Amino acid sequence: MKKMTIFLFFFVANYSLNAQDLLDSIQDKNPANEKITGAFKSTRVINAHSIEMLSKGNLDFRIMHRFGFVSDGIKQLFGLDAATMRIGFDYGISDNFTVGIGRSTFRKELDAFVKTRLLQQTKGTKNIPLTIALAAGATVWTEPYAGAAKPDFSDRSAFYFQILAGRKFNSFFSFQLSPIIVHTNMPLSEEDDKTIFALGGGGRIKISKRMAITFDYHHPFGNQNVSFTSPTSIGVDIATGGHVFQLQFSNATGMNERAFITQTTGNFLRGDIRFGFNLSRMFQLGKKSW
Amino acid sequence: MKYILLYIPFLILPFFSSGQLKLFTKTAVISFSSKSPLENIEARNKNVLSVWDVNTGRVEFSLLMREFEFKKALMQEHFNEDYVESDKYPKAFFKGVIDGGNTLSTEADGIYNVTINGTLTLHGVQRQISAPVTITIKNKTVSAKSEFTVALADFNIKIPAIVANNISKQIKVQVYIAEYKPLANR
Repeated sequence: MKKMTIFLFFFVANYSLNAQDLLDSIQDKNPANEKITGAFKSTRVINAHSIEMLSKGNLDFRIMHRFGFVSDGIKQLFGLDAATMRIGFDYGISDNFTVGIGRSTFRKELDAFVKTRLLQQTKGTKNIPLTIALAAGATVWTEPYAGAAKPDFSDRSAFYFQILAGRKFNSFFSFQLSPIIVHTNMPLSEEDDKTIFALGGGGRIKISKRMAITFDYHHPFGNQNVSFTSPTSIGVDIATGGHVFQLQFSNATGMNERAFITQTTGNFLRGDIRFGFNLSRMFQLGKKSW
Repeated sequence: MKYILLYIPFLILPFFSSGQLKLFTKTAVISFSSKSPLENIEARNKNVLSVWDVNTGRVEFSLLMREFEFKKALMQEHFNEDYVESDKYPKAFFKGVIDGGNTLSTEADGIYNVTINGTLTLHGVQRQISAPVTITIKNKTVSAKSEFTVALADFNIKIPAIVANNISKQIKVQVYIAEYKPLANR
């Protein structure tokens, strides 16, 4: 009888062998490496660069607006009477290399940057826990100068270098650190440090497929006029097809790195906040080959 | 001891019985397209796995959703992040049977128009589908193609109102297999 059982076992085992999924005979057992994408909806968290890159051939047309302090009250329509803006174009030269230019009305400042991704978060047989990118840029202000002789080009320039290290923890939460060094050739006051280091970060909490709450914060270290504060922003991302709308409350006026790291005034917690929005429209230049 | 000898045929038998002809490919191409008043969307996946058990007429497909390539990078991102949720549902499957498939022979040249019925698993939803298939056999080279339509709503893929005019509710799917190769027995 016992022998019979063994006999039956083999019979059944053989049968189930044939009833197995056909695909099992050719499927790889190892999971494929999968690059993690979409930690942030946009290449900016709010003010700061995010770890996201533009895909090759994508042109991102960005219009950013910042209004006056909400605390200015009804006479200024809670800040809406005063608006500054930055208009910019970013372009993906390759999937890991983005360049961009922009011009802000604040101090009539031009800016340009390059950004490259060194490491992309990946899961699978190759496990990379972080995405790491570098951004470097330059700014020059062009507004009329009140003094006798307008400073030359070099004196009006500033430079920044930023490391972005972030992770998409899951589909709801992403976080990045974004330490930055900003060097201003001629700060507003001679007592201010030319080189300011700032430590900060930003994150995203997804609340639906197309909406997310974002925040970014940087704390500048160095000798600066006490009226300069830490740029702090909290906002909402709304993605609709080729557009991303970013609505936010921030204490920063500036929309390039020199301006918002070294020239933010107002205490966020005391109500010195401004309404603002970024509008990003993506264009695909040239077709992807497939 | 002599009983052990009795079992041996049963151990060996399946290996012979799987000497039945199975064909496979790892490079089947599945593409889909959406035509709408505002824009056309096309995507293609060139790394689709498929196995066809010729004796029984059973056919299976498997693919990674992230391997669909779009002409626009942003479409690809939205496809994976917002519509099919590739993190949650990384693969799609089809398991079906060709009608009268067990009578097909891959020895005889010819063009066979058949119907396949089976279950498509996509976005975590299983649906019965039926599709016409054209199998072409020429000098023992087996190729096949098929075309069918799926409704996004059937697979619980929601289109927000704001892009309702950009994405068709009915998606045309095309399957093309350039060559089914014999699967070595194991």
